[in-house]
Amino acid sequence: MANSKKRIPTNHIVGFLLSLVMTIVAAWAALQSDLPVMWIIIGIMALAVLQAGVQLFMFMHVTESASGNGHVPWNMMFHGFALAAIVVAGSLFTMSFGFSHDHGDNGGNEQHHEQHQEESGY
Amino acid sequence: MSEEVKTTGPLEYRTNEGQMTILGFWIFLGAEVVLFSTLFATYAVLFGRTADAPTPAELFEPGTVLIMTFLLLTSSFTCGLAVHEMRRGSVKGLTRWMLVTLVLGLGFLGFEIYEFIHYAHEGATIQSSAYWSGFFILAGTHGLHVTLGIGWAFALLHQISKRGITNVTSRKFFIISLYWHFLDVIWIFIFTSVYLIGMVL
Repeated sequence: MANSKKRIPTNHIVGFLLSLVMTIVAAWAALQSDLPVMWIIIGIMALAVLQAGVQLFMFMHVTESASGNGHVPWNMMFHGFALAAIVVAGSLFTMSFGFSHDHGDNGGNEQHHEQHQEESGY
Repeated sequence: MSEEVKTTGPLEYRTNEGQMTILGFWIFLGAEVVLFSTLFATYAVLFGRTADAPTPAELFEPGTVLIMTFLLLTSSFTCGLAVHEMRRGSVKGLTRWMLVTLVLGLGFLGFEIYEFIHYAHEGATIQSSAYWSGFFILAGTHGLHVTLGIGWAFALLHQISKRGITNVTSRKFFIISLYWHFLDVIWIFIFTSVYLIGMVL
């Protein structure tokens, strides 16, 4: 590992700053901005995936060649996340898609919630 | 065993056993992603089913959630610095950064416990509604992982203080660093899809 003698871990500092910025942008978009809800959800989910990438590549050394483990670590992660996407999107599709629930006292905007959930498709 | 030991590269990868153990841990993390995906799916499907309990938009506090997020994010960074120090051969640096990591982790847990108690007082418990069951199981499983990680790391720091940085202890420490970063990965998704979306919708 080439940089094991380096005093300043540049990679980690850059990764940390990127994560901070992405967290703040996501929080701002969700809490302060007037963007359409659909855009917010797509945007912050994209930021979450990017941040996960920062953790994996900059902090966890997922593609470190010195490990001698080749492509296996990132393959495990990639397939784990692919399965996760299928499980979550599939569950929403079979259980929530086109289904509205309205239990009277708490109704009103509940159907609205469902709409957004489905469209987000996360 | 006629095991070949490399003389260059990070200590944790020098023996075949160390390398394969780390590989095995990546496979475990892949399985953990799938475990959490089932909890995320359950949560997403039950979204909005709050029955008579308060809704998430009423209870979630942006301030608390952001503090928790920054605590865990910073702890992930300092954990990375601990591994960096380990690879420079500094037991002192490793211990110092890992203790910072654990203090931040404990702070995160403290806020999470406060949050859960607060919700319970407001009438949202694991038994209140389908939605809150999904919420507490998802966030609680993550919190349990953090708790386990803190205990594991303290035990390992004790061992490293006795034995120093060897092929074996560095492998163990590298693995717990993967685990700790992974907890932050899961938290990013909880922060985004549970808290932020819960406050938007």
